[in-house]
Formats: sequence, C-alpha cells, structure tokens
Amino acid sequence: MGRYLLTKLWHSLLTLLLSALVVFFGVRALPGDPALALAGEEADPATLQQVRSDLGLDQPVLVQFWRFLVNLGQGDLGTSIRTGTPVTELIAATLPVTLWLSLYAILLAVAIGIATGVVAAVHRGRWPEWVANGFSLAGLSIPHFWLGLLAILYLSVSLGLFPASGYVPVTENPLRALYYLTLPAVILGTGLAAVVMRQTRSSMLETLSTDYVRTARAKGLSRGAVLRDYALRNSLIVVVTIIGLQLGGLISGAVVTERVFGLPGFGKLTLDSVFTRDYPVIQAVVVVVTAAYILINLGVDVLYSVINPRIRVGGRA
Amino acid sequence: MSVGVQVVGETAVGEPASREPDLGRVRGRALRQLLRNPMGVVGSVLLLLVVVVAVFAPLLAPYAPTQVHFDTPFQRVGTQGFWLGTDDLGRDVMSRVFYGTRASLQVGLLSVALAVVLGTPLGVLSGYWSWLDAVVSRLTDLMLAFPFLIIAVGLAAINGASLTNAAIALGIAQIPTMIRVVRAETLRWKEADFIRSARALDASPVRIMGQHLLPNTASAIIVQATVIMPVAIIGEATLSFLGLGITPPAPSLGIMLSDAQQYIFRSPAAAVIPGLVIAVICLAFNFFGDALRDALDPTTSSKG
Repeated sequence: MGRYLLTKLWHSLLTLLLSALVVFFGVRALPGDPALALAGEEADPATLQQVRSDLGLDQPVLVQFWRFLVNLGQGDLGTSIRTGTPVTELIAATLPVTLWLSLYAILLAVAIGIATGVVAAVHRGRWPEWVANGFSLAGLSIPHFWLGLLAILYLSVSLGLFPASGYVPVTENPLRALYYLTLPAVILGTGLAAVVMRQTRSSMLETLSTDYVRTARAKGLSRGAVLRDYALRNSLIVVVTIIGLQLGGLISGAVVTERVFGLPGFGKLTLDSVFTRDYPVIQAVVVVVTAAYILINLGVDVLYSVINPRIRVGGRA
Repeated sequence: MSVGVQVVGETAVGEPASREPDLGRVRGRALRQLLRNPMGVVGSVLLLLVVVVAVFAPLLAPYAPTQVHFDTPFQRVGTQGFWLGTDDLGRDVMSRVFYGTRASLQVGLLSVALAVVLGTPLGVLSGYWSWLDAVVSRLTDLMLAFPFLIIAVGLAAINGASLTNAAIALGIAQIPTMIRVVRAETLRWKEADFIRSARALDASPVRIMGQHLLPNTASAIIVQATVIMPVAIIGEATLSFLGLGITPPAPSLGIMLSDAQQYIFRSPAAAVIPGLVIAVICLAFNFFGDALRDALDPTTSSKG
C-alpha cells in the first residue's frame, strides 16, 4: 500500500510540475507585453525598464521559471491587473461558491445515478430499464446550460418554484443557500448522473453474472442481500473512479452553469479574466484548476485502494 | 447458432481469438446487426437527416444566415416565410439552425479527427512498447488535468475565439481517452496467437502494428469517435454560448442560445429551438454509437 501511494504521489507531483511548466510558457506565448500592460501605454522607456526588473522579466527564462515556482509554493499567485487586488483574494471570494455548487451537484448526481442504475440492472429487459436508459441518453445528449435556460423559463418564472438567479453564502444562511443552489446543482449534475447511471448498470450486470454471486444465491442468500453486499459494493468502486474522471467536465460545466444562473463563482472570475485579458488571473485560474484536478484524483486513488484491497496487494496501477 | 454465441458471452471478455479475425466478415455482420436494432435504425436515420441538413444548408436555407430583416423581428413559429420565426434582428431562425448544424458538425469532425490522428498512434505505440507507456501515461495525466474549458480559455486568450480554436481545444481534451482506448485494445490483441506468430516470423514492429494491431483496434476507435462527437458538439455550443467559440454574427447553435437568453421572455421559442436541435444531433450520434458498440462487441451480441 505504501509503495503504491508513493508512486501515485510521485506521479501527481510530476504532473503538477509539468502543468506549471505548460502554464508558465503558455502565458509567455500570450501576445502583448505585461510590463506595458502594467505601466500603461504612455509609459517612458525608463519606467518600462523599471517595471520589467520589478517583475523579473529581464532575468533569464529559467530564473523566471524558478521564481514562478517559488512564488507558487508560497501561495503568491500575483496581482490582478484589472482590479489591483491579490489574485488569492479574488479566488478566496469566488471558489467557495463553485465548490458548494459542485459538491451539491455531485451528491445529487451520485444519488440519482446509482438509484436509476440499480433499477435498470435489476429490471433488465423490462420497461424500467428502458426508462432509465432513455434518461441517461437524454442526459448525455442535452446541453445542460440549455436545460438551465428552460428551467429558468418554466420552473422559475412561470411557476415561481425556484429563484432564477442570485446567491446566498452557505455559511450565512444554509437553508437560503440550498434554495438558491438547488436548480443550478440539478442542472450541473444531469450529465454526471447519466454517466454514473450507465456505469452502475453495466457494473451491476457484470457482477450479477459472476460465479460467486451464483454461489451466494445457491447458498440461500436472498436476492436483496446479494444486490446490496456484492453488486452495489462493486459498483461503488466504479462510481468513485468515474467522479475522478468526470471532474474536468464538471469544472467546465460549473463555469457555464454559473453564467446561466448569475452565480458569483470561480467560473465568472475565469470568464471575466479572459474577456479583460487579465493575465495574472488567467494564469492563476489555470494553476488552481489543474492542481485541484490532480489533488482530487490523488484522493480518488487513495479512496480506491481503500475500497478495493486487490490494488494494494498488486502494488502496481 | 445461438448456443455458439452464448458460449462466447460466457468466456472471459479479454480473450482474443487465436486466429486473426476476418475483419470484413466481422464488420459486415455488425452492420446487419446494427440495422436490426431499433435504436440503430433510429440513430442512422437521424444521422442521415443531420448530415443532409449540414451538407446542403446553402440549398435548404430560405435566407442567408446573417441576413437581417429589421421590419420583422420576433416573428412567431409558423409565420409564412419564416417557419421557425425570426430573432431580435429579424434573422430567419430556420436558416440559422441549418447553418448552425453545419458549424456544429464541422467542429465535431475537426476535433474527432484531431483526437484520432494524435491519439491512435500514441495508443498503439504505448500499448506495444511498455517502456514508452510510462511516458505516454504521464502525458495523458497531464492532458486530463486541463479541462477543455481551460484549454479553450488559454487558446482564446492567445489567438482569440474562433471555430478552429474551439475545435482544437475540444480535440486536445479528447486525446487522452482516445489514447487509453487504443492502448487497452492493443494490450488485448498483443498476446493473441496470430500476433505472436507474426513476431516469431520476424515481422518488424512497424509491420505488426500497422498490419495487424491497427486494423483490429479500428472498431474501438470508430465507437470512441461516435462517443466523442456529441461531446465535442455540446462543447462547441458551450464555448460559443460563453463567447469563447465561434464569433458572431457567424451562425452557431450556441450563439443562438446566448442571444436568445437576452430576450427569453419575449420569444421563448428562440431559446427552445436551437437547444432542441443540439439534442437531436447528439441523440443521433449517441443512438448510433450505442447500437454500433453493441453490434461490434461479441459479448453483448446474444441475439445474433
């Protein structure tokens, strides 16, 4: 187990370092001179030179990369050109919105996806399977931001069931927050629910056709017990992996969902920074998202080895 | 017949045939089975419809997609001359939907092509040579760590938003899964007897990979391509909706949705129609892809 985790940790660190490299050179490929952007178009050459040396832009590229890494390590993500505030403050203000939204969406998606997947597997070849399959195909085919627009149009405005936009921090008033976040979370979770449903269904069907399940049934174990103790447990492993893999899609989805429902989250920060060419913020956003992705997948791997002891014994991924 | 197939279904999934399969026969049978599956038929018909609309958009559309009619904005669905109504500038929604479908397929095909062209060789090579596998695995990890939206954000920041940049971002995002699918197939076939005998006969690695492994992974690649296609099409709509994809006034289903959001209460149909079209396009690919996978995968073809 220790060896397995060490390998995983080393791979995560390597990926993190590589992505920092990509971001660093990606930002340097951007058109325009950051010193010019900071000092203003009318700055005289002496000021420009001063700004360049302040930013370390006159140093060799390798030295710059090292300083970039050191700053990253110290949690210094730079300062926004547009607002002049440290990027870490901007992120601290917006990230919680996105995290709550995503967490809520994941919980909903897993609950709905597993439930429908189990129903589809148990009632194989009958109408519940067709309904569940139709639901999952629709979830994969319908752009969820469009579903969001329709939900605002019909559920919020016509029926008045949910607010069309707005946000209340969870720490301020959890119930109000739930009220504001439910519709966005349902919309964001549809795609994930569809994927979870499909995987749960096929994993359950696979387990139910194995010899050890047949043996358990022959021993007299009830159908319900077999479903719960064997099939469902095995499909949980699949679901955990799926969430790790779908995280990229979820992050992209959160950006759109925030746009549709007017939530002041990380996605809004991302889009605002692109449209105003606020390079330090773009750079920081990319670093934070990739780091989050890598760390969560590391977490998934750890969880995975806890649920499934076979991996630990094998020692190789 | 059904007994024989049943046996295939019961044996281990990962056990490839000892003789090299006759791919022409396998695929002919798969095609017949695809057309016997109701989902496959619906998918094929819808797909044909979508492709016809996309290819012949200039002939089918009553107006140019950017032609404005300032005297007739917000026409209702069913208005004579504008059967799907008009938008805030009086542009014909039907014409824009046709051209938007065309743009969706263009982005989809471009990004699928990118994923196949770069993902396939990397997948086969890393499946064949295990020393390369470690390097390619780190590469796929790295690519997976950048969600497509982040790649698109980066490309839009460097080169500006455009159809090509959207397609590149979506294609890059699909390369890692393509590599994994092809690699898994390569690993599955690598130890088959016909590959071993080719190796024993001193066939060069290039020949083994090109002549034997690549054709046998083609089925998996085709299925994966039909899976990627709707993902890329929804991705294009998403990027264009956010202003990171196709730039107005060029028609795109995503741009139509983003425009419609501004006057959604005045003209709900303008927000409903483009989304419905995206859903139909993606359903067509998903139906077709699902049926195709069932037809090509011997373990699920119990009815054959």
